[in-house]
Amino acid sequence: MDFLGILSQTASWILRPETIAYALATMGLAVHFGYGGLLNFGQAGFMLIGGYGYAISILSLGWPWWAGILVGIGASIIFAFILGLPTLRLRADYLAIATIALAEALRLIVQSTMLDDVTNSADGLGGYHEGFRSANPFPPGTYGFGPWTYNEAELWIRVFGLILLGLAIWGVWALMRSPWGRVLRGIREDEDAVRALGKNVFAYKMQSLIIGGILGTLGGVVLVLPSAVVPQVYLPSLTFFLWTILLLGGAATIWGPVLGTVIFWIVYSFLGLFLPEMVNAGWIPGVTPSQMGVVRFILVGVALMLIVIFRPQGILGDKRELSFNARK
Amino acid sequence: MPASSNETKSKIATGPNAPGVPKTDPIIIADNVTRHFGGLMAVDVEHLEIQRGIITALIGPNGAGKTTLFNLLSGFDSPNSGKWSFDGTALAGIPSFKVSQMGQVRTFQLTKALSMLSVLENMKLGAKGQSGERLWSSILPWTWRKQDDEIEAKAMDLLARFKLDTKADDFAASLSGGQRKLLEMARALMSDPSLIMLDEPMAGVNPALTESLLEHIVDLKKHGMSVLFVEHDMQMVSHIADWVVVMAEGKVVAEGPPSAVMKDPAVIDAYLGSHQGTDLGVVTGRIDLPDLSKSKGSK
Ligand SMILES: Nc1ncnc2c1ncn2[C@@H]1O[C@H](COP(=O)(O)OP(=O)(O)OP(=O)(O)O)[C@@H](O)[C@H]1O
Ligand SMILES: [Mg+2]
Repeated sequence: MDFLGILSQTASWILRPETIAYALATMGLAVHFGYGGLLNFGQAGFMLIGGYGYAISILSLGWPWWAGILVGIGASIIFAFILGLPTLRLRADYLAIATIALAEALRLIVQSTMLDDVTNSADGLGGYHEGFRSANPFPPGTYGFGPWTYNEAELWIRVFGLILLGLAIWGVWALMRSPWGRVLRGIREDEDAVRALGKNVFAYKMQSLIIGGILGTLGGVVLVLPSAVVPQVYLPSLTFFLWTILLLGGAATIWGPVLGTVIFWIVYSFLGLFLPEMVNAGWIPGVTPSQMGVVRFILVGVALMLIVIFRPQGILGDKRELSFNARK
Repeated sequence: MPASSNETKSKIATGPNAPGVPKTDPIIIADNVTRHFGGLMAVDVEHLEIQRGIITALIGPNGAGKTTLFNLLSGFDSPNSGKWSFDGTALAGIPSFKVSQMGQVRTFQLTKALSMLSVLENMKLGAKGQSGERLWSSILPWTWRKQDDEIEAKAMDLLARFKLDTKADDFAASLSGGQRKLLEMARALMSDPSLIMLDEPMAGVNPALTESLLEHIVDLKKHGMSVLFVEHDMQMVSHIADWVVVMAEGKVVAEGPPSAVMKDPAVIDAYLGSHQGTDLGVVTGRIDLPDLSKSKGSK
């Protein structure tokens, strides 16, 4: 067994476009759920809007790459309104149902042959990279070391992704320490109490839904920067991975989503490499390597259960929160 | 204890003390407000005026519709019919947060402390017109820092008054039931309301603190605030209320100054009970009256 190879591959996941994308999208969930108490089970839908908005603007409309990002943001704001206007005045569960349903609807629409000209149905989209790559400030060459060795294109994607992530972290931090964030956290605790204090609860929830959605969209853009837009990526399981990451890192924390994402990808990729190797090495008889792939999902599920039972506030969550878990 | 404030110099009512009597300077006027839940008429108020600048108590048996009336007046529930106004503005269709912004702030019978916010944050949330609560200015701290500091100073002042200042940095979830009641009341005061509506503010608050808070409420009145509160504690009602409104089965059945209302046979019947003022032990038969014990003799 090539253990060093597995470790090195695993280490490379600390800084991959997928990692940055998941961290961004999870920050969005933190704005929704961690700070605002909004149950969004359709973050994959916002990511889809980012990926498709970006690629379609470039491929079908011939717009520059950065305009593609703006289109994605604009579309996600519209999506947030569609989700929020009918549900945010109702009980929290209605938003949850709407988000999971509409995110799936979006995926089925782009995957269907209905809009084949634009979305290329189940095959997805590719070949939209020229603009972004030509904006690359790094000259050709090899950068980095060890598992983190990149060519100039790979480096540019990571740097760009990290800039977005940095802005997102700063933005969420600035919002949540402000009186605006105080109102949002108050709404999470009891919206009637906040209403009684003269705050327009609906408007705050809508703003939270939009901001978190934009972060999901930016994550979606970063996710498609390296290669292609693949509709099968935006399954509900993507959303649930993001939720696992959020709860792992700490839902109402600034750094939780980042830390959670890194841990998630390290464990997830390690298991993906290590479990089949164990089978190949004959340690586990009677199981095929692809069957071990399923075990990986089971372990993620078990991990999620363990987090919720033993550390519901997440790794970075406030310890004092633990004592009040029995609330409500 | 402060001297009884019942003897307000100025006149409150313009007529005899009957349900719906017009007031000299009403801050709330309700007309034909009804609310039913299925077949149950929870509120059926023909006419009610709440006087500005005084303390009005709303009393009545459990299920009389007091909380429901609070919900209707504050926009948390909408009536099946009727109109009502606050400070001259008709309130039909106005959402609760706007009513609060207009200066009518309420608390809840079932306390709503924001558990995972600190006590101080709870308080600061109560202040009105914060520029830092707007999305765009929120990320520019220099636009709201000064105001936020002022709000914090005011919050600490009030917390000290409510004996919660040592708890300022604790999660509200760590407060006791009575402390949460206090926090909610203090939080409502952060907005300097023109009318504060308190739903059983002193339920579960210890007597010594009740006394000091009652003084505080009387103080607020002196500064021009109107107070409407629901309370079952008759001592508290007669102690600070200038006017008492009695509800039963959704209707206003009596109103007037406390001394008059407590003698009203209808009120005694519906609410106070005939043993008002007697020791509970006597009522339940656990304590024998001296003359009775003599005649019966003990075993
Ligand atoms: N949401 C509701 N659905 C159905 N019935 C309700 C609802 N809210 C209140 N009621 C009914 O309306 C009546 C009035 O209730 P309300 O809470 O206003 O009483 P209250 O005067 O505040 O009593 P208490 O002194 O016990 O607080 C009660 O009979 C109650 O059962
Ligand atoms: Mg009540």
